[in-house]
Amino acid sequence: MTVSIVRFGGSNCDRDAERALAHLGIDAEIVWHEDGLPADVTGVVLPGGFSYGDYLRAGAMAARSPIMTEVREAAADGVPVLGVCNGAQVGCESGLTEGAFTTNESARFQCEHVSLRVERADTPWTAAYEEGEIIEIPIAHGEGRYEITDDRLAELEDEGRILFRYCDENGDPTPKANPNGSKHAVAGILGDRDSVAVLMPHPERATLPDVGPTDGQGILRGLER
Amino acid sequence: MSLADSDRELVVSELDREPTRAEAALFENLWSEHCAYRSSRPLLSAFDSEGERVVVGPGDDAAVVALDGETYITLGIESHNHPSYVDPFDGAATGVGGIVRDTLSMGAYPIALADSLYFGEFDDEHSKYLFEGVVEGISHYGNCIGVPTVAGSVDFHTDYEGNPLVNVACVGLTTEERLVTAEAQEPGNKLVLVGNATGRDGLGGASFASEDLAEDAETEDRPAVQVGDPYAEKLLIEANEQLVDEDLIESARDLGAAGLGGASSEMVAKADLGAHIELDRVHQREPNMNALEILLAESQERMCYEVEPDNVERVREIAERFDLGCSVIGEVTEGNYVCTVEESASGERETVVDVDAYFLGEGAPMNDLESEVPPEPEPDLPDADLTDAFDAVVSSPNTASKRWVYRQYDHEVGVRTSVGPGDDAAIMAVREAEQGLALSTGGAPNWTDAAPYEGARAVALENATNIAAKGATPLAAVDCLNGGNPEKPDVYGGFTGIVDGLAEMCETLSTPVVGGNVSLYNDSVAGPIPPTPTLAMVGAKDGYDAPPLSVAADGDLLLVGDRGLAADDVRLGGSEYLAQFDGSDRFPALPDDPAALIETLAAVADEDATLAVHDVSHGGLAVALAEMVTADAGLEVSLPGDDPAGTLFHEQPGRALIQTDSPAAVRDAFDGVAPVVELGTATDGGRLVIDAGDRTIETDAATIRERRATIERDLE
Repeated sequence: MTVSIVRFGGSNCDRDAERALAHLGIDAEIVWHEDGLPADVTGVVLPGGFSYGDYLRAGAMAARSPIMTEVREAAADGVPVLGVCNGAQVGCESGLTEGAFTTNESARFQCEHVSLRVERADTPWTAAYEEGEIIEIPIAHGEGRYEITDDRLAELEDEGRILFRYCDENGDPTPKANPNGSKHAVAGILGDRDSVAVLMPHPERATLPDVGPTDGQGILRGLER
Repeated sequence: MSLADSDRELVVSELDREPTRAEAALFENLWSEHCAYRSSRPLLSAFDSEGERVVVGPGDDAAVVALDGETYITLGIESHNHPSYVDPFDGAATGVGGIVRDTLSMGAYPIALADSLYFGEFDDEHSKYLFEGVVEGISHYGNCIGVPTVAGSVDFHTDYEGNPLVNVACVGLTTEERLVTAEAQEPGNKLVLVGNATGRDGLGGASFASEDLAEDAETEDRPAVQVGDPYAEKLLIEANEQLVDEDLIESARDLGAAGLGGASSEMVAKADLGAHIELDRVHQREPNMNALEILLAESQERMCYEVEPDNVERVREIAERFDLGCSVIGEVTEGNYVCTVEESASGERETVVDVDAYFLGEGAPMNDLESEVPPEPEPDLPDADLTDAFDAVVSSPNTASKRWVYRQYDHEVGVRTSVGPGDDAAIMAVREAEQGLALSTGGAPNWTDAAPYEGARAVALENATNIAAKGATPLAAVDCLNGGNPEKPDVYGGFTGIVDGLAEMCETLSTPVVGGNVSLYNDSVAGPIPPTPTLAMVGAKDGYDAPPLSVAADGDLLLVGDRGLAADDVRLGGSEYLAQFDGSDRFPALPDDPAALIETLAAVADEDATLAVHDVSHGGLAVALAEMVTADAGLEVSLPGDDPAGTLFHEQPGRALIQTDSPAAVRDAFDGVAPVVELGTATDGGRLVIDAGDRTIETDAATIRERRATIERDLE
């Protein structure tokens, strides 16, 4: 009865997720993608990194690996699935979530701490926060700009599937506070059920109190059983 | 470049025959300056590399230092200077790859990278192109393999225009049990090559690194530059970790300079053993490679392991699981270092190399070069307006914010980074030993250009001060010694100065220099580089917290360690101020008792009453003060003495600004150790007011931030 952290070749935040979850008392283990998910999996993390070296397109190759069929099935059964950074790219590429994360407006990799506004507090990932709360979480990506058609984004917004937006210190999603040029400052979204979420910022890097802020703990608690 | 006549004579007399083509090429590369340190080894004995916590000193792929009885760290540093001139992106990227594999071969997991970069003036277009390419290459490779880049330095100086420097350091983590070395263990064990397939890339890289850069190097020497694949490196990191987990490795060496020939011969030479290598067994990327190409190609992401015969199958399985190529290329023997290939026509094996491994590895004659001590400059001070000087020094690319650089590096992956780049030193949480590991790397071209010996002493003290400012005590260091063409007496004299200066100060600080790298022939049509010692120093402390660099809104500000001010002997030699306004001066005299100063600073930094600490060095007090103010907290200070320019801009290291609730306690702690001067107090809001007698400099955090954004404003 554990959370599976799926390691692809090139994943590099798998150990970090394991350490962060252990700190929260959530049982988790790293699963090599070729070995498949265990039958009694209670949650899935698609960790950050550069799966398959980002060759072809970030997340594209991992999304087509056999284990992602199992992940989609688990998600359909209600197993919580969290995609972080490269995991978010894999999530979109594999159809778990809509839209795409593509090259930053700056065309450069950016590693820094950003503010996020919690758009909904009634999901497993945000139960620890208030709606509209501002949390500090690090980003580290070169391809994090959220893209989707205007029509589809409007529908996702109507359906309440935007989970986090980049914002300034007042909670406003200004262009200056948007680190990568994401459409409507979207930083994280839900899949077709609330138990599936992806985001570019790294909650596992904002969990361990001995190295910095801990605002990310609430997001990881969505994997608690 | 080919084997020098005198070397060839030596080889012929040892072998008692002419060397084969492959042997001649092996000797040429392994006896090159880059591999054999022919001009520098006679000097390197100046370094004290021993200490009770030193487990493995110089000579292996990386040095090993004990944090406690169980937890070890590895330390390595490497230069990738010439490749980064020819192809900045790939040259710098493969520099990262190489130093990370040096970490793997000790059975360690890489936990931090740091890089010190040196380019021509920032306003020179070609220098800017190299700078952007190098940073992008490091960012691409380091980020992809998931090793955080947490510290470093960037300097601009006109003498790097024809020859930039890229020095990369890596810290790894291992334990007493997991430690592996590069010394072959047992005849009969198999040699297994794991990683990328071998192709015709990076041929002759070691000898390319051992001569001056030619004017047409960008086109002519491109084949000597390797191309990296960080995805393969990441797979290699994880495969290596599993091989170590399962205790399958007897010894290991990464394939770097001089490729397979270098790595495999050095492994057995260390143990005075031999090897038989069947070159055609190497997994290859291209058809029809000849013996010499297989032996010397510097294709990246490859490791050579010594494996007991019974374990070979398991090693193969692990390599396969990580999609890595694997070939059993031969075995350790008690005889010579022998390489054979199968003749395609006859099917018989032809011997292409048959030499004594020790002679190949250690037989290169040392150079006895002429050296000339460079003269000390006479004082010739400019007369600049104080406010103009403040603005110029604070916005110089050398002292300006490096955020544009480190924002491109993933500095938090691994969740160990407690203090990241942009501070005096990084702090990594080594939870395995419950210790914070402080890391500072850097050099100072203006200092070592002005005064090689004193400047190098200053570089060592400056890195130690960075570490102490975060409350840590120096543990060990590795150095990267960069110089021009050593056959020029003044260049060799300067190089000798930096070696001796670095060695002297590290010994004074009881900080063993446990390894390093030498890069000479950094010389081009534009002339030699300044003698450039990059030091990567680590320190340790209990816990992972450190005082911030920025001031809080309330508390007194003290300046400690300013010997020049106390002795009324302020010297501006080597300063950014003189670089900006053209002038010269003698180099500052350093504090009388640096060891006590560092120890006291580390202790005071961790006191509860200490609110902020910042090292004072490049750009002097002016830059340190400017860096400490924020939008919420400012400073009002008044300069002591009657030489405001000297006081604000001299760069004597071993100084720190301490903001404290308890100035008396700081004075007590430094009593008899170093001078303490009360400078002023912190204020609400982000104003910086410097009272300099008849002049006052007034500015604020927003203006300073704008001035210090020199690099990002230009490149974004």
